[in-house]
Amino acid sequence: MDTINLTIDNKTIEVKKGTSILDAAAEVGIEIPTLCHMKLHDLNIENKPGGCRICVVEVEGRRNLAPACCTDAHDGMEISTHSLRVVNARRTVMELILSDHPFECLICAKSGNCDLQDMAHQLGIREVHYKGEQSHYRADTSPAIIREIDKCIMCRRCETMCNDVQTVGVLSAINRGFNSVVSPAFEMNLDHSECTYCGQCVAVCPTGALTEVDETGKVIRALADPTKTVVVQTAPAVRAALGEEFGLEPGTLVTGKLVAALRRLGFNHVFDTDFAADLTIMEEGTELLNRLNRFLSGDKDVKLPILTSCCPAWVKFFEHQFPDMKDIPSTARSPMQMFGAIAKTYFAEKLAVKREDLVVVSIMPCVAKKYERGRDEFKVNGNPDVDHVITTRELAALIKLSNIDFNALPNEEFDNPLGESSGAGVIFGTTGGVIEAAVRTAYEIQTKKELPRLDFDELRGMEGIREATIDFDGLPIKIGIAHGLGNARKLLEDIQAGKSEFHAIEIMSCPGGCIGGGGQPYHHGDASILKKRQMAIYREDSNKAIRKSHENPYIINLYKEFLGEPMSEKAHHLLHTQYFDRTEKVKI
Amino acid sequence: MTVLKKQVRIALRNCGVIDPEQIEDAIACDAYFALGKCLTTYSPDEVISEIKTSGLRGRGGGGFPTGLKWEITKNVESDQKYVVCNADEGDPGAFMDRSILEGDPHSVLEAMAICGYCIGANTGLIYIRAEYPLAIQRLKIAIKQAEEYGLLGDDILGSGFDFKIEMRYGAGAFVCGEETALIHSMEGLRGEPTVKPPFPSVSGYLGKPTNVNNVETFANIPVIINKGAKWFSRIGTEKSKGTKVFALAGKINNVGLIEVPMGTTLREVVYEIGGGIVNGKKFKSVQTGGPSGGCLTKDFLDTPIDYDNLVAAGSMMGSGGMIVMDEDDCMVSIAKFYLEFTLEESCGKCNPCRIGNKRLHEILTKITEGNGTVEDIERLKELSDVIKDTSLCGLGQSSPNPVLSTIANFEDEYMAHVKEGKCPAGQCKSLLRYDIVEDLCTGCTLCFRNCPVGAITGERRLPHFIDQSLCIKCGVCFEKCKFDAITLT
Amino acid sequence: MPEIKLSENTIQLIKNICAEFENKENELINVLHRVQGKLGYLPAEVQEVIAKELNIGVARVYGVVTFYSFFTMIPQGEFPISICMGTACYVRGAEQVLAEFKRQLNVDVGESTNDGKFSINCLRCVGACGLAPVVTVGGKVFGRVAPSQVKEIIAEYTQSNSADEAKSA
Repeated sequence: MDTINLTIDNKTIEVKKGTSILDAAAEVGIEIPTLCHMKLHDLNIENKPGGCRICVVEVEGRRNLAPACCTDAHDGMEISTHSLRVVNARRTVMELILSDHPFECLICAKSGNCDLQDMAHQLGIREVHYKGEQSHYRADTSPAIIREIDKCIMCRRCETMCNDVQTVGVLSAINRGFNSVVSPAFEMNLDHSECTYCGQCVAVCPTGALTEVDETGKVIRALADPTKTVVVQTAPAVRAALGEEFGLEPGTLVTGKLVAALRRLGFNHVFDTDFAADLTIMEEGTELLNRLNRFLSGDKDVKLPILTSCCPAWVKFFEHQFPDMKDIPSTARSPMQMFGAIAKTYFAEKLAVKREDLVVVSIMPCVAKKYERGRDEFKVNGNPDVDHVITTRELAALIKLSNIDFNALPNEEFDNPLGESSGAGVIFGTTGGVIEAAVRTAYEIQTKKELPRLDFDELRGMEGIREATIDFDGLPIKIGIAHGLGNARKLLEDIQAGKSEFHAIEIMSCPGGCIGGGGQPYHHGDASILKKRQMAIYREDSNKAIRKSHENPYIINLYKEFLGEPMSEKAHHLLHTQYFDRTEKVKI
Repeated sequence: MTVLKKQVRIALRNCGVIDPEQIEDAIACDAYFALGKCLTTYSPDEVISEIKTSGLRGRGGGGFPTGLKWEITKNVESDQKYVVCNADEGDPGAFMDRSILEGDPHSVLEAMAICGYCIGANTGLIYIRAEYPLAIQRLKIAIKQAEEYGLLGDDILGSGFDFKIEMRYGAGAFVCGEETALIHSMEGLRGEPTVKPPFPSVSGYLGKPTNVNNVETFANIPVIINKGAKWFSRIGTEKSKGTKVFALAGKINNVGLIEVPMGTTLREVVYEIGGGIVNGKKFKSVQTGGPSGGCLTKDFLDTPIDYDNLVAAGSMMGSGGMIVMDEDDCMVSIAKFYLEFTLEESCGKCNPCRIGNKRLHEILTKITEGNGTVEDIERLKELSDVIKDTSLCGLGQSSPNPVLSTIANFEDEYMAHVKEGKCPAGQCKSLLRYDIVEDLCTGCTLCFRNCPVGAITGERRLPHFIDQSLCIKCGVCFEKCKFDAITLT
Repeated sequence: MPEIKLSENTIQLIKNICAEFENKENELINVLHRVQGKLGYLPAEVQEVIAKELNIGVARVYGVVTFYSFFTMIPQGEFPISICMGTACYVRGAEQVLAEFKRQLNVDVGESTNDGKFSINCLRCVGACGLAPVVTVGGKVFGRVAPSQVKEIIAEYTQSNSADEAKSA
């Protein structure tokens, strides 16, 4: 391997050829501040437009300062990362950025979590010497995401996520010079665009320019309303990340404390979306086997592969971009919506509460869920199956607001009957998890044999597209997995071209799956956090007494008492959905 | 004629001499002779060596040695390479490239083919401003004719070398003169520059090695091959060989394109070729290098023009705009004018250029409106230094040059604005004041009747008055008054 | 996205232009040039069609259209007036000429008059520095323009017979 030697702040180091100055400095423990740069290791995502100019350093012999993020280290280079010239330049550039940034920190959704604020603090900015015109754009509120692009600093991270990673292509830099900003075409509202609300732009925005729609106020009001019974469901990925908001190590499981906190917040029943994930497996797994068996028996009307349908951003993605394929994904609703439907029928009946008086709140790692809950097909006479969706971050804020000492909480158990789940339900939170859960159940139903093993390592990992063949007792089942919509697009194009050999494909919009969702605690560019959350999810699974959805006694009971069989008429009515061609529906 | 005496025409050799739409005319003037020579007698390395020996440097502004650039691109292994001609001439007040393309398009086509032969490229692309319809038309004709003659296309002159040339159009973005931005623009993207390295010679158009030269650079190539590197390198100064085309404009008697040997002094250009200042006014400054350049005072009139001397003097060669200013030009306003240009043309990608130039412009506006302070001048300098030091591309790195050079050379003018509230050149309207001298006013009402905003009041045959709060300083009253009763201070 | 309000003919025209460039995304700027050349401007609906034909996001098309000053989403006036703001013209008083046009027509740069007759634009050097300050109306070049001549220039085009003449010029 080619290596080079250079000096950074008088420290001589040897690095691999092709290493950036930024990474070389990091190797000797020198942190060069950056603002626009973002490198998500493992996920193969990098944003380095070299535009913020905060990471500039002095290179001996070079006329001007060099951006450390996109300048390769060379043999013999002598670099100063914090010389007077550098610090002065950095501070001046920072002052310039702030001179075109609203001073709304006190009430900004990002306050305390803002890379720009942190950087201003780190650089010791106490006064902005440059004053003048500030750019001004219309704020835009959609069902899930708020854009206040006066706060945009043109780091282009959102653009990278939206275009390069997700291939949704809704965001682009527009205009030129001082007027340039990142926006949808024609500065239209996101709501009118093809935005999937995956929220990856929100997840990487270093300022308050892109944030989720805050529903905590509505939740507080519901909790305070004595006429309402408020139930809460919490998605699998939340328990693997919430602890980060309270200073715990990434990857710390906080399931028990989460339940305790929700109870203290005043929710009448604390349930688990994992229960509904088990239910999803029953429906989707049955649908898979139906389609598979008809296909194998030569039925030409059956289309394979079947695609998972848990992820609302993914659903919106194919409705906009691949409407001709809208009959391929499973018709099973997402676990969140299945939960809502069951809560407002089965559970409401049990409680003898009118559906209007039952409020269903979801805690989700996701911002697209805020959009999903508002879809018309998930309402009965205008009353939605899920009333409010708050993200992991919003829940953390709510807990802090209520003065609950999260870390001191005891571990508590979910309520029943909608709180028990199998390990299969838990792994829905990570890429590969839904299909692994489906395999555990589908195998046993199809082969009528017990699975020899439960951990399918071949389905796990972080590569963007994975494939594996699972032996269903002599029947090879080919499985594909994609996370990130750009990867999903590749598999879809293969299907379109008739080149796909998969029987089933799992798709999640966010890199890493729900653990990397747009509503999770900010990773601030450290993708290793996602891996730790993923490990936590698998740990939770292996700790579970029941690890297969069809063995969840409450699921068995639900079918017995209420639904009948998977894919029954009632199940179809409550747990399945349909998709729409959205190509012509949007208007400026 | 002195206008011609000091000039040496290399790049412009055929302009106005041949009919640019007749390839026969061009061939009669040795067009494609150099290409033939290269293809039949020289190896690519020999041609590159000849260009290197000639000392030719890029005429687009940067002054990078052309031969070296070709050599670097040649040495990168790739199945596909490109030759790009940068014809996105955008400096306000500069039109050298347009004249060459309109007057002698074959010189550029020939040179591109020679470059392709040297670096191993079979495709040439001309990136030209859409605002130059005549140049586009003539290039298209020239390409077609050259193809018909077998001087472009497959198996040129039976040598086995193929070279085709396509056109790409700019769309009004000055920053696309920067080569990485130009390449992005050709790829159908926003013309935003990217950090170099990688240089286009390694990774350019569609990720392939790409050699980018400007029009004037290319126009020199055939002459160097035909007459030899030694002949060429005898013209010019030690480090700047050959000639340079300038677009001479401004307050000068003879405006137009000139081509002079490197080393000619500014005095020779202004007074001998340019015929001195219009209306016998006093020379104040000459601006070279366009929006990236600087304003030089009379102290630099005897400086021989070459890349290094101009940089040392605080300006730059740029692509060849040369604007002469007289005593009526306010240097603060000139700096503001150039900043306005940069502001409009900044791509917006990096913060120092996007926001920094905006702030510079705001401070300059404040000064020209009479609201500036001495601290503002300091702030201009400090901010300019950081913008130069931190901007991503050449546009931002040089955008403060007009500010810095005017402060360095005309600080007294800045001081007059901020300390005395006066514009010595009388150009900053906000700092002007029109008054009616009571004793001289006859009350003829001419000014009253002509004032567009009704700022003048008075009874017939009695002295009139100007309401300063209404006056827009248009100067109509001053022009109309037959009794010299209106003063301007 | 807008409801497509374009005529079938226009849509076909755009599709043909894209096809000429083999529907390649890196030909976007060439396509925009050709389409604007035919239609005079690039309204949102047109950008939608182009995006679809080249298989790219419409945000990218809009990002490119708004980056380059040559492209416009506003229809030009019948007589587009361009004032050169190159340095040579500037030092010879182009600013005052521009101000006078704006005052006379009561429109800003980039706008058209209410009757659609005139629009004002600024150019960066038309390469006629010898004639500074330069104004072009349609294809016609006016050199050494003084603010006092602005009224005459406009008048030349408000009389319909001379307007036809200028159009054919």
